[in-house]
Amino acid sequence: MKSKSIAKFSIVVLIIAVLAYVASCGLVIGDWGIPSALDPENGIKRGLDLAGGSIIVFEAQAEEVTEGDMNAVVQVLRNRLDSQGYYEAIVSKQGDKRVRVEIPSIENPEEAVAMLGATAKLEFKDAEGNVVLTGGEDVKAASAIVEPIDETGRKGSVVKLELTDAGRKKFSDATQKIAALPEGQNIIAISLDDVTISAPRVLEHIDSAECRITGEFTNDEAKTLAAQIQSGQLPFTLKDVELRSVGPQLGEKALENSLLAGGIGLLLVMIFMLLFYRMCGFVADIALVGYVSIVAIILALLRVNLTLPGIAGIILTIGTAVDANVIIFERVKEELALGKTLRASIEAGFNRAFSAILDANVTTIIAAAVLYFFGTGTIKGFAVTLFIGTIVSMFTAIVITRFLLRQMVGFDVKNPKLYCAVAKEAK
Amino acid sequence: MFNIVAKRSIFFIISGLVIIAGIIAMVAFGGLNTDIDFTGGTAMYVNLGAEYDEAGIRDALKGVEGVSVSSVQKTGDQEAVIKTAELATEQRVAVEEALKAKFASASIMSVDNVSATVGQELWGNAAKSILIAVVLMLIYITFRFELLSGISAVIALAHDLLVMMAIYAIFRFPVNTSFIAAMLTILGYSINATIVIFDRIRENTRFLKKETFRDIVNKSIWQSMGRSINTSLTTLLTIVMVYILGVPSIRDFALPLIIGIVAGTYSSIFIAGQFWVLFKGKDKKDIAKAKA
Repeated sequence: MKSKSIAKFSIVVLIIAVLAYVASCGLVIGDWGIPSALDPENGIKRGLDLAGGSIIVFEAQAEEVTEGDMNAVVQVLRNRLDSQGYYEAIVSKQGDKRVRVEIPSIENPEEAVAMLGATAKLEFKDAEGNVVLTGGEDVKAASAIVEPIDETGRKGSVVKLELTDAGRKKFSDATQKIAALPEGQNIIAISLDDVTISAPRVLEHIDSAECRITGEFTNDEAKTLAAQIQSGQLPFTLKDVELRSVGPQLGEKALENSLLAGGIGLLLVMIFMLLFYRMCGFVADIALVGYVSIVAIILALLRVNLTLPGIAGIILTIGTAVDANVIIFERVKEELALGKTLRASIEAGFNRAFSAILDANVTTIIAAAVLYFFGTGTIKGFAVTLFIGTIVSMFTAIVITRFLLRQMVGFDVKNPKLYCAVAKEAK
Repeated sequence: MFNIVAKRSIFFIISGLVIIAGIIAMVAFGGLNTDIDFTGGTAMYVNLGAEYDEAGIRDALKGVEGVSVSSVQKTGDQEAVIKTAELATEQRVAVEEALKAKFASASIMSVDNVSATVGQELWGNAAKSILIAVVLMLIYITFRFELLSGISAVIALAHDLLVMMAIYAIFRFPVNTSFIAAMLTILGYSINATIVIFDRIRENTRFLKKETFRDIVNKSIWQSMGRSINTSLTTLLTIVMVYILGVPSIRDFALPLIIGIVAGTYSSIFIAGQFWVLFKGKDKKDIAKAKA
């Protein structure tokens, strides 16, 4: 009995030790592996406030903005970021008329603001680089449509281009000339901010307010091209309404300081538990190490974007993770004070504490869910860590602690005082 | 043992005084000290690379056109957070150049620039989030306990948020998005403590049928006291470390959390259960028990 308990106890402790090792150093078995949570490349994904970078929010300066126009804005910004080599930047719509751009490790955010916020320049040029049409004046609209694209009636995605009267005239003159040029020269290059986005061939003279760009596009390709062309005549300008920029040094310092704070906080909590709840506290400490390791591994595997408030959230949950244990141990103390045996006290303590722990955690999860669905940016990241932390802490504080305590009773160290110190006033 | 329920008026008065002081401060100062997140503006966190004084910074930026420094917050021997009205890109570049002209090795560690329109939406969103969370919690608590417990718990929550705002109003701490996030976090944290006590009340009402609600609540609070204090301590241990060691932006988050945790512990012990007694005290059977 005794040796069996010690064996089971040791196995769980060993598993937690392995988890802690995996979380801090990573684990690779053949092709498959779990990265170290601290690995900047593959571990927990660091938010811009930790890695350094800028968040810029642009707002369309107009009363009403159509969804098509906003898609066009996203395309323009994407284009500009790619042309500057910011492939890792993220562009997303925020609300009805705002676009959020997140650029990691950027040296000069002010330059980026100016570059991204500039009015889009859309031009149609011939093979020699002469400007045929300009976006603002000559093109009225562009959209992606699906229609028959050959004699057999096969349907495909094409981009429909609508021209203004002036544009129609210019286009007619230009296509007459270009269509007559030899193969290779008979193109019109469409460029956005001086980057060619499409270069269709001109096969005939086009004298119409409407024309088509065809070319075996997928639906998405057609939509992207249409949005890019559309961006040339956006009826509004973009204003940078929000800029949050963190230099790489500050990000690193913030991360180091937070990890140190978390480490010391963890240590203090462990000492506290040990002093107050002795053997029970020791078991809770083992479970707490398990908690921190499991949360770190989950965050690394899910590639959750960890921000500074997110770290604060995790550190906060270190404090609350032992809450379930505190509730249980206080209950065990009471049961011991009533004169029950150690084994019975532990069982009763867990059973009676369960409803309090469940209800308390469900309300926290409600708060986390609301934060996730209604919060923006960093608050969302915080909500995710709060949610993961709450779920994992219920597992470690209840399941793991209970298992370990049950084995510990089997060690035959039965002096209750070594466990959760008996309440002094047994009333 | 000290009867918390019998002495409840003391605790109501303490909370009331803090909240009223907050309201007076708000009226006197014309509202909370809202940060750039709400009013719009620019905050630059700079490392000047040398020791400095506030006058030196103001002096360096005097010549920059259209820039008026609204505050310089010293965050270290060589570090400062400089706040101004909202600046355009060119102005921010000009500020950086002006600082470098005076402090050769100055570097900008972070820049936050927010326009006023963004800020105005923050309160609306925060209020909406708080309202939705409160309604959902109320539904859950009513389902698991009873409506009166839910209402009492929500009153305790409102208390915590009001105390946080009162402290910020009295001490003129800048209110920003981190403060809002902290309020929402406290919403989830503080209800925990209240629930644990209500769980005990729920259990005791089942077993102690002869006792009045007053006695049950008092007993439940004392039975949960060890937990209430210890959990607050472990949580405070961690978040205080974050406050001590953290960079300015995370301190903005840790400080309101510390205030909220203290307020939450107080309200779960001294406020939540008392309201439940107030609501339940009108129960005829209970009055009969009290007389017996």
